Amino acid sequence: MNDRVMKSYRFREERQDDWARLDKIVTRAEKRSVRALSDEDMTALPRLYRQAVSSLSVARSISLDQNVLAYLETLCARAYFFVYGTRVSIGRRIAQYFRRDWPASVSAALWPTILAALCLFGGAALAFFLCMQDMEWYWTFHQGFDSRNPEASVESLRATLYTDNTDIADMLAAFAAQLFSHNSGIAIFAFALGFCFGMPTAILLIYNGVYLGSFYAVFWDKGLGYELTGWLFIHGVTELFAIVLAGAAGFMIGGAVAFPGTKSRMQSMRDAGNEAALVIIGAVLMLFIAALLEGFGRQLINADSTRYIIAITTLIFWLAYFYWPRRHREEAG
Amino acid sequence: MARAGTKRKAKADAAISGDTRREAIRRRELRLKEEARQARRVRPLVTPEGAALNLKIATASERAGAFLLDFALQIMMIIASVWLIALAFSSMGFEGWMVAGSVSAVIVFLLRNFYFIFFEIGRKAATPGKRALGLRVAARNGGRLTANAVLARNFMRELEVFLPLSLLLMTAEDQVSAWIRLLGVAWAGVFVLFPLFNRDKLRVGDLIAGTIVIHAPRTKLKQDITSVAPARKDPAYQFTDTELDAYGIHELHVLEDVLRQSTKEIKARVAERIRDKIGRKTREGEDDVAFLEAYYAALRARLEQRMLFGERKTDKFDTGNRGED
Repeated sequence: MNDRVMKSYRFREERQDDWARLDKIVTRAEKRSVRALSDEDMTALPRLYRQAVSSLSVARSISLDQNVLAYLETLCARAYFFVYGTRVSIGRRIAQYFRRDWPASVSAALWPTILAALCLFGGAALAFFLCMQDMEWYWTFHQGFDSRNPEASVESLRATLYTDNTDIADMLAAFAAQLFSHNSGIAIFAFALGFCFGMPTAILLIYNGVYLGSFYAVFWDKGLGYELTGWLFIHGVTELFAIVLAGAAGFMIGGAVAFPGTKSRMQSMRDAGNEAALVIIGAVLMLFIAALLEGFGRQLINADSTRYIIAITTLIFWLAYFYWPRRHREEAG
Repeated sequence: MARAGTKRKAKADAAISGDTRREAIRRRELRLKEEARQARRVRPLVTPEGAALNLKIATASERAGAFLLDFALQIMMIIASVWLIALAFSSMGFEGWMVAGSVSAVIVFLLRNFYFIFFEIGRKAATPGKRALGLRVAARNGGRLTANAVLARNFMRELEVFLPLSLLLMTAEDQVSAWIRLLGVAWAGVFVLFPLFNRDKLRVGDLIAGTIVIHAPRTKLKQDITSVAPARKDPAYQFTDTELDAYGIHELHVLEDVLRQSTKEIKARVAERIRDKIGRKTREGEDDVAFLEAYYAALRARLEQRMLFGERKTDKFDTGNRGED
């Protein structure tokens, strides 16, 4: 018996140079980027890939060499992920996100957004009116840690709204604290909890609304409503909008799980998850901007009117950016 | 066939070989079970060219290992960056420790939220921990792994990892908060253990994002053993069909592993056992490796030839006519 005539041996000998070349191209592409490949490699790639895939099916039926089979399996998988992987560079992807994907996904999620806003502001309104009728309600929503409570004097409350002397350290500290306090945590949780039919998301939003509403009532009661609104909304427009959007992302997933329609529940969850991810990353970005506004803007700007102008400008900006009707240009993504 | 004079010895031999046979059959059953278990990990993916790629999903332990590696790396990066910031501030003679604290807080925030996303959006679709274990993220339907999917699966991590962690670190002051904490831990436990209770070892993030984690390490193409086989003309390395039919595909693969990675002693022992089995004597100055390579080449040629006729002899117990044996 002559092993030189063994089919699998000849098969391998004829093709292994091409395999090695494909391996080299894929390795280089994985290590660096697509741009590291020469034009020659790029044109050879589809042919080499198809050949490797067909080699794999032939090898499965004629070869008993484990190493060849394992090699071809992994080589084909790697080449497959490369050939059918996304080719868009990260820069273009980011540009496309801001130009098209983010506003499109937010405006498409109009109903979940309204629902989330109702939860948050409904909770706030409820707590506000309860507290206005009887300040004792404040203590059901808050524990006594905060000095800004119904027993504080008007002067001490007013003092919390303005900053006298600011230095960079205070601002940075406020910025970092706001990034952490709980905003981004709330936003990501509002999204992540969505898939239990959206119930935890609703509870989280209402709870935060109640917290906000009762806090507001304390200042309103002391006649500081106008000042607090400026203090809060210079960054609050962006921050609350972001939290509402995060809640909307949670509701999108919750809705997809509860009412999958004609799709399978898994498929529906997956589609909604991918769509909601676009909304949530935007919400995290907005929280970053809100933290900047709160950390720096609010410390530097102590005039109520300027605070109002910034708040209204940001509101108009976000609304226009998300909901301004725009023509849909077909772009290959 | 025992002759009268050696009857007793033959009987003892038969008892021993009976034992070894039973042991071999038991081992075979274990092996088949293991093979079936491995086969359950394979997810065929039909490429647009119509070929099937057998992707292997990562086990829960591999995924846990990769995560622990990444987590350790994250912590190390945090420590390193905080240390560097402290060093920079003190060397500048600048005593603004509050600023330093804020800057490190921002860095920790970015690391915690974007470490996984950054690496998984990249071309290898794997974090350093995953790469070390040969894992990568793929789309479950075989399509492209989109940036959105990577974002979705990693934002869910907040719920699966950091919520349970913070619940564990939470201190319980009274009876009620202790109960709340217990409930929270149980609830969070559902997420942590979720990958153990589904076929694809998906965590909740994978479910939402439509992703799967597969095991696809790089494999090197080694030299074909048959290409280094010794002179085939040598009659000492010619094997008859009966000699070759002693073994099947499984033994061929074991032999391949032995030739590729074992020590000299193991090779000698394996050569001895094969000679025993096929009834050959060791010749003067015969090289064990040369013998094994020659036998491997002949056996593979024989098995591949039979395979072309549609006969797969899976192992030495496989006689080709099942049900009769």
